Amino acid sequence: MDLSLTTRAIGEHTVLEVGGEVDVYTAPRLRERLVELIDGGARRIIVDLGRVDFLDSTGLGVLVGALKRLRPVNGSFGLICDKEPLLKIFRITALDQVFPIYATLEAAISADSSGSGSGE
Amino acid sequence: MSRVRLSFTPAPVHVRTARLVGVAVARRAGVAEELLDEVRLAIGEACARAVALHRQYGLTELVLVEMSDGPTYTVRVIDRAPIEAGLGLAALPPDELADEALTDEALTVGVGFALLAGFVEDLQVRPVDEGVGTEVRMAWPVGR
Repeated sequence: MDLSLTTRAIGEHTVLEVGGEVDVYTAPRLRERLVELIDGGARRIIVDLGRVDFLDSTGLGVLVGALKRLRPVNGSFGLICDKEPLLKIFRITALDQVFPIYATLEAAISADSSGSGSGE
Repeated sequence: MSRVRLSFTPAPVHVRTARLVGVAVARRAGVAEELLDEVRLAIGEACARAVALHRQYGLTELVLVEMSDGPTYTVRVIDRAPIEAGLGLAALPPDELADEALTDEALTVGVGFALLAGFVEDLQVRPVDEGVGTEVRMAWPVGR
């Protein structure tokens, strides 16, 4: 399944819903979209991985890149993911210690609004 | 033992094809259903790594993927990059993953290796027997 990207605003948060396969071929499109959002002024970004079927190291690198871009501008970056196969990928790479990861959108917004999900 | 060989131009678009074929052959070989996600991810990582090396060195040779079943389901992914580049794999500790000084390429290589090592119990990375290049060999149990 090809990559799908949908953006919506919820209050001060920008939610990027990602679907399909994020791999060495499609990850550049995800990177472009995240860079567009940040360059366009988005500072509180939540990436919803709920419809992602496949995620490889290139996709993980893109997510880390967005996190690093947001740091100097005091932004926040969180992930929504409740699929065990994807969560295992974050654990194995130790990236679960880098990203705030939430099971639901509500949890992500709530945590970020209270300041605990500041993206390190 | 049966064997399936696939070779492809070193372009990212073909890595998905290699994953699909690799999983299809794994399923037919009798690899347990719950391992197929790991097979898919590992083959994708090994092929993406080979493509990245070929592009880094401007190599147009095909990347080779060879799948064989027998006592285990074995996948070999062979690149033609200089050996010192191919063997230069290293997992990154957590505190370095989001380090500002780390390049995207280095991060992806480190994370890719962590995934390979984490998902494949039987993993070998070694120089090819003939010529220049590296072989990533991965094996999974079959349930027959």
